Amino acid sequence: MEQTQSFWGFVSQQSDKLWSQTLAHIGLTLISLILAILIAVPAGIYIARKQKIAAAILGFAGVLQTIPSIALLGVMIPFLGIGPKPAIVALFLYALLPILRNTYTGITEVNPVIVDAAKGMGMNKWQILTRVELPLAFPVLMAGIRTATVINVGVATLAAYIAAGGLGEFIFGGIALNNSNMILAGAIPAALLAIAFDFLLSLVQRINLKSLRLSFVVFPFLLVTLSSFYLLPSQIGGRMLAGFTPEFMGREDGYLGLKKIYQLGIETVVISDAVMYKAAFEHKLDVISGYSTDGRLKAYDLITLRDDRHIFPPYFVSPIIRQQSLDAHPELEGVLNQLSGHINDSTMTALNYEVDQLHQSPEKVAMDFMIAHQLYKPSRKGRKGTIRIGSKIFGEQYILAQMYKILISGQTDLNVETKTGLGGTKICFDALTNNQIDLYPEYTGTGFLVLLDPDKELIKRLNGNKDGVYNYVSDQFKKQFNIRWLKPIGFNNTYALMMRREQAQSLHIESITDLTNHLKNN
Amino acid sequence: MIKVEHLVRKFGTSVAVNNISFEVKEGENLILLGTSGCGKTTTLRMINRLIEPDSGRIFLNGNDIREQQPEVLRRGIGYVLQNHGLFPHYTVAENIAIVPNLLKWDKSAIKKRSAELFEKLNLDESLSEKYPAALSGGQQQRVGVARSLMVNPPVLLMDEPFGALDNITRNAIRREFRELDELVKKTIVMVTHDVQEAFELGDRICLMDKGEVKQIGTPKELLFSPASVFVSEFFQEQRLQMELKSVLLEDIFPELKRVSAEDGFSGRSSKITAWDKMDQLLNDNSVDHGDHIDLEKLMAAFSVHKDKISAQK
Repeated sequence: MEQTQSFWGFVSQQSDKLWSQTLAHIGLTLISLILAILIAVPAGIYIARKQKIAAAILGFAGVLQTIPSIALLGVMIPFLGIGPKPAIVALFLYALLPILRNTYTGITEVNPVIVDAAKGMGMNKWQILTRVELPLAFPVLMAGIRTATVINVGVATLAAYIAAGGLGEFIFGGIALNNSNMILAGAIPAALLAIAFDFLLSLVQRINLKSLRLSFVVFPFLLVTLSSFYLLPSQIGGRMLAGFTPEFMGREDGYLGLKKIYQLGIETVVISDAVMYKAAFEHKLDVISGYSTDGRLKAYDLITLRDDRHIFPPYFVSPIIRQQSLDAHPELEGVLNQLSGHINDSTMTALNYEVDQLHQSPEKVAMDFMIAHQLYKPSRKGRKGTIRIGSKIFGEQYILAQMYKILISGQTDLNVETKTGLGGTKICFDALTNNQIDLYPEYTGTGFLVLLDPDKELIKRLNGNKDGVYNYVSDQFKKQFNIRWLKPIGFNNTYALMMRREQAQSLHIESITDLTNHLKNN
Repeated sequence: MIKVEHLVRKFGTSVAVNNISFEVKEGENLILLGTSGCGKTTTLRMINRLIEPDSGRIFLNGNDIREQQPEVLRRGIGYVLQNHGLFPHYTVAENIAIVPNLLKWDKSAIKKRSAELFEKLNLDESLSEKYPAALSGGQQQRVGVARSLMVNPPVLLMDEPFGALDNITRNAIRREFRELDELVKKTIVMVTHDVQEAFELGDRICLMDKGEVKQIGTPKELLFSPASVFVSEFFQEQRLQMELKSVLLEDIFPELKRVSAEDGFSGRSSKITAWDKMDQLLNDNSVDHGDHIDLEKLMAAFSVHKDKISAQK
């Protein structure tokens, strides 16, 4: 945390990683940009000649631009797998529109008198294009390329979600781990890259081109393209490959612990949990860091490896709520605690499966469950006040948020607002401490290790001690943040390593120790 | 030199050029005159195939222009545009070298020829490294003309070449061009809407309206023997000035011709137009040019001459 380590300390300690992430970031940006230039510039010239289809093509490129980046990345996993390939394709698609539109605008805005003069003097179409239209459109075209570059430097951070590396590893790892130094170590170089690229391109933009010779363009292009491939993280392959979330990569009860306590030596990539399970199912990854109650476990036929040396602390869920909200509406405590004891690990996995895999809405799944367990009462449409329930951005949290909504609106006179999908732990917790939400479901392990950042002694002492951890976070949150932990619901959504069932069985791997031994012996 | 036969060109439903024919002899200046939208520019642009006619044929030196590749044809025809059409990203020197470069001239030849034209067109050598935006309107137009003359094409097409200039610059440049030897030898087709310009520069004028030719002839013919009411009305406003411009001093003072035949000295002064003579007298009355003509005498002789022409008709 920032109290114990300065930003520069972090950077110098992680300089190798920072350097390789920066290079990968540059590589991803440049390759996708060059591909986009190769496609969009000729296409822009073409539509400048065919005004009739121009609107349709520009519209299509505009639609591509509006697809949320993470969705676009997810869609491409089945075709392109994980790693740099889908990331480059996604970045390429985002870079298309600005380049296409500016090429089109640049060419169509060349003074027709000039083109007429060129034609009248006996220039052929190619000569007019390369000596008149492109040189005159060049500043506008370059402006488009600059826009695309800046967009790409930004979007390339998301490449970390699909194991393509880049500075996003630090940024998302930092957000997940509540580590500001880590966020800045990713964000500052990314911003500097954007500024540097933009500056370099602005120098190119100022060149007065008399004519565009093919050799001027092709040679530097090839040079940059080839060197960019060199910067990319080496292709994945060969032995077993693990894909871990940015959060897991940086945690003591995650990858760091696996290395320290199990001496696990496995090649790893960083990946978003949104695509991780699917990537494992598609044989792109062999080991992943999942959550033990995740519905995808059931859907993709994955098994969890036994944590035989107890590095994953207990992650029991409780609603955590601002003391002020509780003081204002004391009836909430009893209502919220009603859920306690109704859900165990397998119940939760099944509920998650319905949402994540059967694509039922969290509202419906929560409602069905509450009705089945006689916890449902029709909403009183209360007006006494408003309770804001937050949730992190995954199915289980959505379901729990809905269940609490049903409980509160059915049994109190309070109105309920849900603010679901609040990124990671840090975002959710900051929303709570800043009075943007009143409560959200949190896990004891996360509260203990991420939000309280305990020293090693304490971690050792409380390791695996379910009640000990709960009591500790309960006390500390009350003291430090004036936030209350209510009664745990009952299930333990802890971290787990997962593998495909058939692979684990054929290799006789049941526990993490088995996996470590297998990797050592092969 | 140029023969145009039955040109027709439609744009959508409107007929821009309707059955136009004319001929331009070698070394002649033909002016296509008319109001905007009369089809004069379309006609001009068909000569270098910037526009293809729907029907009709054009011959250059007896050859159908469709036999040549359009690019090759255009490189052999000088083309001057209203807004000069200089490439803004090329220096003056580079602009001038465009056509020679297309024809693969070597550098020394281009240099030599540019220097020659710079001299003839009163362009300062220091302008050659400047970009067109740094030039005055008159300079830009001169460079535009120099560019069209670089490879010394026998035929020159000019589309409102002085249209973008202010009146004073226009008159000055026009006078210069009239005396430019490079232009005197050329076969020129020029488009203008300016009657005065047409009379000053044209050997013959082709007056057009709504895509059709109303009359083709020398300025004198158009003024004094209009083919229709349209033609005579077209010049109504500037008639006197045009008439003075279209007759030479020796036309109204036949005795001057005789004198000049005997004695070479005054020959030159008898070849100026009545308008220019009047200009001289108004500006500078004190000088006697040796012909004993004053303003009153000039006007009297002019009206006698006019009566004589209408009597002939």
